[in-house]
Amino acid sequence: MQVSDIKKKASEMLLSGEVKRVIGWKKGEFDYDLTPATFESVEELEDFVYDGFCGANLSKYLIKESKKEGKTLVFMKPCDTYSFNQLLKEHRIVRDNVYVVAIDCEGKLDIDKIKSKGIKGILSVKEDGDEVIIDTIYGESKVVKGEVMLEKCLTCKSKEHVAYDESMAQGVENVSLDRFSEVAKLEAMTADERYEFWRGELSKCIRCNACRNVCPACSCVKCVFDNDASGVSAKSNANEFEESMFHIIRAFHVAGRCTDCGECSRVCPQHIPLHLINRKFIKDINTLYGEYQAGADVDSRGPLTNYTTDDLDPSDIFGGNK
Amino acid sequence: MKKISLSNISKLYEVISREYDLYAPIKKAGKVNFAKWTDGEEVVFNAQTVRSPKDMFFPQTMDLYSLKMQGKTVEVIDDRSETAPFVVFGVKPCDCKSFEVLDRVFLAEPVDTYYQNRREAGIIVGLGCSAPSESCMCASFGVDNTEPVADVKSYIVDGEMYLDAITDKGEKLLSLIAGLLVDADSTKVDEQKAKTKEINKKLPLQNLDMTRFTADNLNEIFNEEEWEGLSEACLACGTCTYVCPTCQCYDIRDFKTNDGVKRFRCWDSCMYSDFTKMSAGQPRNTQMQRFRQRFMHKLVYFPANNDGMYSCVGCGRCATKCPISMNIAKVIKKLGGKHND
Repeated sequence: MQVSDIKKKASEMLLSGEVKRVIGWKKGEFDYDLTPATFESVEELEDFVYDGFCGANLSKYLIKESKKEGKTLVFMKPCDTYSFNQLLKEHRIVRDNVYVVAIDCEGKLDIDKIKSKGIKGILSVKEDGDEVIIDTIYGESKVVKGEVMLEKCLTCKSKEHVAYDESMAQGVENVSLDRFSEVAKLEAMTADERYEFWRGELSKCIRCNACRNVCPACSCVKCVFDNDASGVSAKSNANEFEESMFHIIRAFHVAGRCTDCGECSRVCPQHIPLHLINRKFIKDINTLYGEYQAGADVDSRGPLTNYTTDDLDPSDIFGGNK
Repeated sequence: MKKISLSNISKLYEVISREYDLYAPIKKAGKVNFAKWTDGEEVVFNAQTVRSPKDMFFPQTMDLYSLKMQGKTVEVIDDRSETAPFVVFGVKPCDCKSFEVLDRVFLAEPVDTYYQNRREAGIIVGLGCSAPSESCMCASFGVDNTEPVADVKSYIVDGEMYLDAITDKGEKLLSLIAGLLVDADSTKVDEQKAKTKEINKKLPLQNLDMTRFTADNLNEIFNEEEWEGLSEACLACGTCTYVCPTCQCYDIRDFKTNDGVKRFRCWDSCMYSDFTKMSAGQPRNTQMQRFRQRFMHKLVYFPANNDGMYSCVGCGRCATKCPISMNIAKVIKKLGGKHND
């Protein structure tokens, strides 16, 4: 699968009038600062790119774009299709107005990880197999790709798409690590150690809401934290309690619906590993109600919205009072 | 000019912190931010802090006053706490410039006394740049990254920190640590400055064309169709505004306590849906309008009211932190002038 094939597909569909617009990634000032964008003409597609820095999940943009007149073509990586399904399940996307083309993903890069290796003055970033070659004004650097991939890609759920109208994917070998190993490490800590870990991380929060706004599961028209009438609206964390509670409440709200797309951690300017809170919920849900992957399909009932008389009480497994 | 070996620098922090609260770029949980120095903290000079040092003078939240109700009486309590003198160490030239921008806002009549108190109490130790990054745009905004404008300017060359007092406050600070410093000539510092200036020439965003951003072009730029495309992917998060050293908008809010109200102010963000919302409604209903406000403010409105001074210092934090990689450089290249390729 070549980028030129993807662009060709987009041009053809725009020219034939089958779609009115294309959602993809647009080139930036540097190799790494791509912006999600809509393209409405073949000329605009000049700036279309698909490479190692296309980590952004495009599914949430469909809430808005699918309500516009005419069809929207969207290119999706495997993990994006889980979010897409989940949004369909929640009736947030007009399915008939979307044409999904599945594309391969070999894991995306994290520019912050590259920079945290002391690499700056970056002029270009190129992938060469398992190596990433970075040209800077201070000289050339080479790093192993596995060391500079996005967190979400290190524990990739699957290289297979769960929704599409057409696939251009040729298949990529799945090389994911156990995504619950980091959660298990946290569970092994004492309560005090865990509290210290999270206080250290969450004290960095600037309450920019990037995690919430990028999250495909956070699709409320008006978030309770933005609603003056709610009594809990807030623009900043007044104290440690609020720093923690914002993220805990958010994690509860998306529990059972979070597909583990990892966008929350990708966009956090302070690199708080927010995905670990969500993963803890996913792990617990799996333990209590059986293996469940949000977004794997559009029809099943979610574990937290479905009640059966066989449901366990959390105390049966985790102890404590009923 | 004086100098001290970096191997001895924690001694310097220790002496300063006996007299003042000392803030420095400190690495915690993997990220560098300005934080209060205590023994054993890791001070990092070669990275940009995520949050800017504006926090020191304009904190994200600040209590203003409280109202306490007892029966039919209301007591007004001034919650202000006058800030004790403090030192901010390792402030890069772009961030030093941001205080000049903030002064224009908060020290103009009517003076914001909360900010004024902190400005008077703060001693700033600037740090010259030696390895600027590709996202650095300071020169485009008239900042010389080899000349931090501060109370003391400092440079790190070959394992030594060179210090030079600029103001009386700076002299006072250096006299406190005089026992740790030795006299130095500026040869090595001058060499570093010349080298940094050469590096600047290779940086892609140090020479942006901003000729079009004038008050005369205000309406024309305001009505540009390009704003739609520039803002289309904006998530409406507040990252750019909260990491920005010059964004200064704030909101005043009330927190209901058991027996009254605590009134506080906190940073606001023009990216947020209730920005400048009034009883009559919301003047900027779409994200495009709010996005446009941010850049018009920095590049057109602010300079029109402040002798041509932009309210951007080119630190590049928005360029490195925006979740969708939209930033002021892209806006300038699209709308700033003919000479942006």
